[in-house]
Amino acid sequence: MSRSRAPRRPIRWHIAVFLAPALIVYTAIMIIPLFGTLNLSLFTRGEGNTREFVGLANFATLFGDPRWSGAFWNATWNNLWFFIIHMLVQNPIGVALAAILSSPRLRFAAFYRTAIFIPAILSFVIVGFVWRLILSPLWGVAPNMMDAIGLGNWFAPWLGQESSALTTLALISVWQFVGIPMMLIYAALLSIPDEVLEAAEMDGITGASQFWKIKLPLILPTIGIISILTFVGNFNAFDLIYVAQGALAGPNYSTDILGSFLFRTFFGFQLQLGDPHMGATVATVMFFIILAGVSLYLFGIQTRLRRYQF
Amino acid sequence: MSARANIMRSSAAHAILIAYTILALYPVFLIVINSMKSRRAIFNDPLALPTRETFDLVGFHTVLEQGNFLLYFQNSLIVTVASLFFALLFGAMAAFALAEYRFRGNLLMGLYLALGIMIPIRLGTVAILEMMVAANLVNTHWALILVYTANGLPLAVFILSEFMRQVSDDLKNAARIDGLSEYRIFFTIALPLVRPALATVAVFTMIPIWNDLWFPLILAPGESTKTLTLGSQIFLGQYVTNWNAVLAALTLAILPVVVLYLIFSRQLIRGITRGAVK
Repeated sequence: MSRSRAPRRPIRWHIAVFLAPALIVYTAIMIIPLFGTLNLSLFTRGEGNTREFVGLANFATLFGDPRWSGAFWNATWNNLWFFIIHMLVQNPIGVALAAILSSPRLRFAAFYRTAIFIPAILSFVIVGFVWRLILSPLWGVAPNMMDAIGLGNWFAPWLGQESSALTTLALISVWQFVGIPMMLIYAALLSIPDEVLEAAEMDGITGASQFWKIKLPLILPTIGIISILTFVGNFNAFDLIYVAQGALAGPNYSTDILGSFLFRTFFGFQLQLGDPHMGATVATVMFFIILAGVSLYLFGIQTRLRRYQF
Repeated sequence: MSARANIMRSSAAHAILIAYTILALYPVFLIVINSMKSRRAIFNDPLALPTRETFDLVGFHTVLEQGNFLLYFQNSLIVTVASLFFALLFGAMAAFALAEYRFRGNLLMGLYLALGIMIPIRLGTVAILEMMVAANLVNTHWALILVYTANGLPLAVFILSEFMRQVSDDLKNAARIDGLSEYRIFFTIALPLVRPALATVAVFTMIPIWNDLWFPLILAPGESTKTLTLGSQIFLGQYVTNWNAVLAALTLAILPVVVLYLIFSRQLIRGITRGAVK
């Protein structure tokens, strides 16, 4: 009945036009090759360079064979620690800096913002080498500086010790990227309308309590986005480890994370031969780890965040 | 609030910001000053500025004689600017469609496009390489531009659609009543209003492209298409024990990026403040 009354809506071609370029490039260059590679995890190299379907046997090897599973879990736990450091150090510092920067009538705010973001624009190649040089006991910059402030005895070759190398690398990565949460949160704080803040002031909510009660709830969606971006970034990080510690993620694999583990598996290193099929298997597991984290965020957290439209 | 408390608070704010600024910049500064010193001075007094006795550009001579850094820089620039343009334009269009219209499959489409944020495109490297070989695009700028555009799109769509949703509906409906087409609404209303977000997304998209090591190595390792990051990585690996050359190469890799960033950041800051002032 309703069909006869309401005239059929015309096809809205503009929606297709808006979506098409992004969809085509994204599907052709990213999705199709990705599934092509995931597909490889179900095969192994047969005799005479053929591909042989083996089902889930590669996964059984990865989780069941002690030579593989030990390295895999080591990389996974290291990766988790790498992420935890980012969440505990990078995001609070980013929020704090953004909150200070956005305080009204602060002079030189543009200068600080520009300067603090600079490490984030440098490549891993640069950052990895810079810190390798600075922390090198050979050069002695770090011990000299710590001597100057009376902490000389605390110096240790952090990148060379199994117990501290991973944490040091995570902190280097935090040093590099803290500008990104800072900028995103800063933009979010600036977009809070003055009327809201004025209303808060009328009610006597100022300063720190204004931050906790008014601003923080308003920027929670931004913090959510930052957290999930950090998660994804950390779980496919590779470059910093590679540049600072090499493909073997030394000392004694203590800085091995999933990205470097994948690299060694895929391309081989030194005595170990590269295996595209086991590499694809590791890649698939990484894919599911990331998928699980992102789903948790999208369905468990994001839907509960309240969004305000002004 | 008393004026005195105000001054206290603002000096505390400045103290924190200055301390953090030093932490962020000092390591870079240290590399730059040491690149201009003699080898002996680098080790004897690393924290000192170069003086007349210790000033030495031997590292730069090595770098400029051995490397082809101007060409590498040009390659990086072409690839980054082109990828950025396509990722932002296509991304903003798709974000607008997802945020603005209700249509069947909207949520699914959003999820499909967001999938790319969590999938590192590196996982598809083997198939991408096969494809580029088949299309005869290996060792061309287009191979990198296509990959980076595809890689930049999901994040651009994800962040921009968050911001597109905040564009006032009244404004768009008023434009519709005035007879503007959907395309005009996108280009003249939505796009200018999300400019701060565009600037932010641009910086975040640009950085990984400029700094990527992986795809230049696999898709465009030829001398004529080598990017600056790949060029410096190879150089640093070869000259690892030559401290003068390493410091000089790092300085040469740092300076153009910082200059480029300083030029862009004025644009970025203007964009952010313009968007924030209502």
